[in-house]
Amino acid sequence: MSQPYGLLAEFSNHEDLLRAAKEAYAAGFRKMDAFAPFPVEGLPEALGKKTRLPLLVLIGGIIGGVGAYYMEWYANAVSYVINIGGRPIHSWPAFIPITFELTVLGAGLTAFFFSLGLSGLPRPHHPLFNVPEFERASQDRFFLCIETRDSKFNSDQTRAFLKSLNPLSVAEVPE
Amino acid sequence: MNTPDGSPITDHRSPSYSTFGYPTNLLGPGQTYESVNQTIAEIPLSRPPMSWRFGFFVAFLLLMMFLVAITWLFAKGVGVWGVNIPVAWGFAIVNFVWWVGIAHAGTFISAILLLLFQHWRTAINRFTEAMTLFAVACAGLMPLLHLGRPWVFYWLFPYPDTMGVWPQFRSPLVWDVFAVGTYFTISLLFWYLGLVPDLATVRDRAKKLWQKKIYGFFALGWRNSASHWQRHQIAYLLLAGLATPLVLSVHSVVSFDFSVAIVPGWHSTIFPPYFVAGAIYSGFAMSLNIIIPVRKVYHLEHLITERYLNNMANIMLATGMIVAYGYFIEAFMAWYSGDIFERYMMMNRAFGPYGWVFWTLMVFNVLVPQALWSARIRRNTVSLFIVALFINIGMWIERFVIVITSLNRDFTPSAWHMFSPTKWDWMTLFGSVGLFLTLQFLFIRLVPMISISETRELIAEPEKATIK
Repeated sequence: MSQPYGLLAEFSNHEDLLRAAKEAYAAGFRKMDAFAPFPVEGLPEALGKKTRLPLLVLIGGIIGGVGAYYMEWYANAVSYVINIGGRPIHSWPAFIPITFELTVLGAGLTAFFFSLGLSGLPRPHHPLFNVPEFERASQDRFFLCIETRDSKFNSDQTRAFLKSLNPLSVAEVPE
Repeated sequence: MNTPDGSPITDHRSPSYSTFGYPTNLLGPGQTYESVNQTIAEIPLSRPPMSWRFGFFVAFLLLMMFLVAITWLFAKGVGVWGVNIPVAWGFAIVNFVWWVGIAHAGTFISAILLLLFQHWRTAINRFTEAMTLFAVACAGLMPLLHLGRPWVFYWLFPYPDTMGVWPQFRSPLVWDVFAVGTYFTISLLFWYLGLVPDLATVRDRAKKLWQKKIYGFFALGWRNSASHWQRHQIAYLLLAGLATPLVLSVHSVVSFDFSVAIVPGWHSTIFPPYFVAGAIYSGFAMSLNIIIPVRKVYHLEHLITERYLNNMANIMLATGMIVAYGYFIEAFMAWYSGDIFERYMMMNRAFGPYGWVFWTLMVFNVLVPQALWSARIRRNTVSLFIVALFINIGMWIERFVIVITSLNRDFTPSAWHMFSPTKWDWMTLFGSVGLFLTLQFLFIRLVPMISISETRELIAEPEKATIK
């Protein structure tokens, strides 16, 4: 019998969940997550969640843009030069549209794949899906889960703490 | 103000109107989380209504006609179309510009309105993003079909080939490849990213195992966790920010295909802004042509309220005025340039052999949309649908006027030649409509067509759903 994954408290609306998340953070819990059927403003911050996604997207965009310009310059000014009426070979204004497009493409691909990848998706299986009520996290219920790997986790005390937040129910998440 | 099970009640009346007669509510009365989940998520999970089957059947027939047209084209070559010299660009390019234009409203609604915090995008963004994807797919096919040797289309991509040749990156036609390719990719990612949480909702509501498995697969294991949502929202916002300049750039690049050339009637600096306005104009018209029947068939009046339709009509009116201004400036600049070829082009366009097409365009795109000044017409779905249909056809005619009348009489009268489309031209045009509609029907059938999570957000924060 392995250790359970954590304890899951169920709430009926996003205001209660946000309050509970703030209290849990204040009580010193860190390895926890909240679940809501829509993005609740301020919830990730209340749980102390941070992400470096914007920086990665910036880097992706720069790689796309610099790569595009380099490609155009190399192709049309170095590798395969066509002199048309003595016009400049390195005609940079004509290279801007594609540089712009590939900047957007680089940044967009980074935003998409890293937003999912950093969240650990795709991942079809997760202990939380073992809790029957959890189906409603994508519909009309709000959940706060404190994981057993949190250093402050103690089965009885954490359960009592979650109960003190006035949830609809508290359930154990089996591993 | 919550019901016992915690879902807030929206208590505003519907429909209600502001001082200027504008509908104010984005949600019908009495919507709860569960009613929204039920309405939207049950559509992909249950059997389609008869009208869907009938519509899909017609669309599929048109798609089969497209297949015949393409097969014949590939077997015989572009000579089956009416194109020749000097009108070497015929229906294919007209259709291309038309479809790319239609695509633009989707990105306008999903990206620009998101950045501007316009909550009236909520119920229509999924539709219009799907419309963007399918319209770009139709558009992308057209230049490929027009290639003399379509099987070597990949020569447009920069890859180190054995011939040691690179694409000419100074050419607007190569810009097009990158512009349209990027546009399709970003639109697809944006659409799918927004769809993932809703697929999770459908997964969790599905009763049958195979449905759970299929939707579960595409939902990627989405758990609605706060950290997922955080990255999702950042990525969504960034993609919106990235797609916004794309809206403006793609059709600008398309307009460069024309304006970089020296053909009278094409070589004009008004083209980029005028093309972009026209694109948004036709895109909104197509959205209305799709949304109005779907809203009726699936009884979505309480989610896609009058306010959406009214706002869309207003955007059409505004962009329509910009397009009308474009027509006027084109004529004015032709006269003001003092260039005899430009002046003749304008005379020929209005009073030459294709003059009747030009005046049809003026009626469809300038005159008829003026009806939208009337609030009664904007609020009546039937009249709004008809006006939108006029605009859709009008925008196709506009591209016909720009492409054909400019080309058929250019500098040397001995080279003048009339263009007349063959039945293969028409079959390609209506066939591409079939492809578009088939994809649209499949979309309506298979995925939640309104963003469920964003609608839930409106329910949680009712102040966003109404204007004072």
